[in-house]
Amino acid sequence: MTSEDTEAARPPSNVCTMSQDTAIAVTDLSKTYRIYRRDGQPSTAAEQVIRNLRERSKKKVREEFEALHDVSFSVDWGQVVGIIGRNGAGKSTLLKIINRITAPTKGRIELGGRVGSLLEVGTGFHPELTGRENVYLNGTLLGMRRKEIRSRFDAIVEFAGTEKFLDTQVKRYSTGMYIRLAFAVAAHLESEILVVDEVLAVGDSDFQAKCLRKMREVARDGRTVLVVSHQLQTVSDLCSSALYLEAGKLLLHGSVEQAMEEYKRSFIRSAPLMQVMSARPGTGELRFTEASMAKDVVKPAEEVVIEFTIGANQSYGNRYHVSSFINNEDGMLIAQCDSRVNEFWLDPSTDNSGRLVLRTPWFKPGSYTVDLFIHTGGRQADIWEQACRFQVLPISPYSHATTPDGTDRGIVFPDFDYAQQ
Amino acid sequence: MAKIVVTPPGRFAIPKLSQFWEAREVLYRFGARDVTLRYRQTLLGVVWVILQPLLTALLFTLVFGKVAHLSSGGVPYVIFSFVGLLAWNLFNGIITRSQLSLVSNRDLVSKVFFPRMLVPLASVYSSIIDLLVSSAFLVALLIIYGINPGPAVLLSPVWTLMIILFGSSLGLVASALTVRYRDVNYFVQFALPFMLYASPIAYSLNSVPPKWRIFYEVNPLTWMLGEYRWAFLRQPVPPQWQIILSIVIPVTLFVASVIIFEQMERGFADVI
Repeated sequence: MTSEDTEAARPPSNVCTMSQDTAIAVTDLSKTYRIYRRDGQPSTAAEQVIRNLRERSKKKVREEFEALHDVSFSVDWGQVVGIIGRNGAGKSTLLKIINRITAPTKGRIELGGRVGSLLEVGTGFHPELTGRENVYLNGTLLGMRRKEIRSRFDAIVEFAGTEKFLDTQVKRYSTGMYIRLAFAVAAHLESEILVVDEVLAVGDSDFQAKCLRKMREVARDGRTVLVVSHQLQTVSDLCSSALYLEAGKLLLHGSVEQAMEEYKRSFIRSAPLMQVMSARPGTGELRFTEASMAKDVVKPAEEVVIEFTIGANQSYGNRYHVSSFINNEDGMLIAQCDSRVNEFWLDPSTDNSGRLVLRTPWFKPGSYTVDLFIHTGGRQADIWEQACRFQVLPISPYSHATTPDGTDRGIVFPDFDYAQQ
Repeated sequence: MAKIVVTPPGRFAIPKLSQFWEAREVLYRFGARDVTLRYRQTLLGVVWVILQPLLTALLFTLVFGKVAHLSSGGVPYVIFSFVGLLAWNLFNGIITRSQLSLVSNRDLVSKVFFPRMLVPLASVYSSIIDLLVSSAFLVALLIIYGINPGPAVLLSPVWTLMIILFGSSLGLVASALTVRYRDVNYFVQFALPFMLYASPIAYSLNSVPPKWRIFYEVNPLTWMLGEYRWAFLRQPVPPQWQIILSIVIPVTLFVASVIIFEQMERGFADVI
């Protein structure tokens, strides 16, 4: 549907708080979740009853968590807007509210037309049903009329490239086929507003390109697309503007570059450096006086450089060595770098400074901490946990892009080559 | 195309009828899906639908008719309990299927927007199909036993509708509660067999001692069973108050449960 049709259908402007060009107007939107502190939310009625009896006199145990706080913005027709933010920033909550899957706690959203969602591709697909049956079921769920589906059926199937398997149960489909068909249904939804969450995480690169084209087409028709993606590349390729969310607040609504800049800066802001030497465990014969990253934010294949200085101790006579652990966000130890394997020994009689350069492994996107150790003989003189922190940007280190399913397994990116023999 | 406004839910949300009209195809697709799955997965799909009430009727004949010698109101015991089971299976099927429907379609509820009520309501389809299949068998039984139901049979769709409304009211509320409290399932699993034996399905009301009769007479299922047997088996017309209440109560309950469901619906995506 074009924007002209849209305007024709709209009521006179005095009852309408949004202007003619506005597709989405969000005003002071907040969403509060209740968090049950002690044992989580009761999941059985019996538990709820017991808890109510026990805690009738006490204060309520639940806390509130604001997933979104006073978010206001508006989006015009024909725009493709990216929503950027770290995990837990409220991106998905925002999309869910716009989609009416969950209700806001406060505020108001005005939508200029039907909202189609690609929140999770293939939702409602049933493995026992055939491709054809699933197209109808899924299309209906997404809000298409039977006539609409029928008239677009061939286009959908062609887009997905699954003509031959229409009457096969989708449980026999490959993952790729399944997802392509599911995306194809959603992509042919003629809603005026399209909401997309990480869909481009599917299919091969040809299919992805097709999807990007499709979304640009949608925007050219005068419709509006909202995109949440962790792939910054996608956002910058596709979007005309972007929203940057942090901790439930909308910090920026501007150009894609500005939003990305803000996103990168948020990683730097959150790197706290705790440096109280005496509070650290270890014998204390020797201590790190300083430790820092040459770069806090790196690309996956970039060198990770940790610089450190260690104070002198004249009374300690032997040479010593250092080591470092790199841990991921879950606290998993990814890499151990012991200086003995480099024959790197230090003399305690002077202040020393050194640097550790990691060329591999290529770290996966995410946040990492570095633990530093000083080893004196069999003892640990200094144990400095989380001495540094660094962030790896969500960018692929490889020269050829692939779909995430080609790179998302494993805990690091390997540096590898295939060659024919 | 209309402008859509999303605001926080009010205290008392009354569902918009237009919303259901728009989503009628979803209801149809859900129903079609359930029916397709049911008959595709089991080779004996249709056969089971007939066999299940028939075997139960035979079992009841043996236990209640031959062993306990309970009265069946002057018609052959098998067909007497078969008619009772038709009504019961409709009621039971709707509640059982709808109760778990939201939880088992968790993906849909947390990811797509549509009136969630349609998920439990769509389970009515399968139960109606089952009813149609087994009533074809009922016709055969009526012919075999030479019973002519007479004009009363014309009202049977009304009683069927009332059983559907009654069952789906309970099913709606149970499904919404199950989203929040998973132990509602255990309660329903216990309550349904209890109701099966506490209603005059396997025996006629005459076999019930007078001092217990009052408990039976306040049970809406008793009224509906009476009406079913009146419609199909020339049994005596149930008292007028029962007929009136058997229409008023299901309709009222249905409206109430739709409103209750609507109240609970908006939190589903957050807790499911």
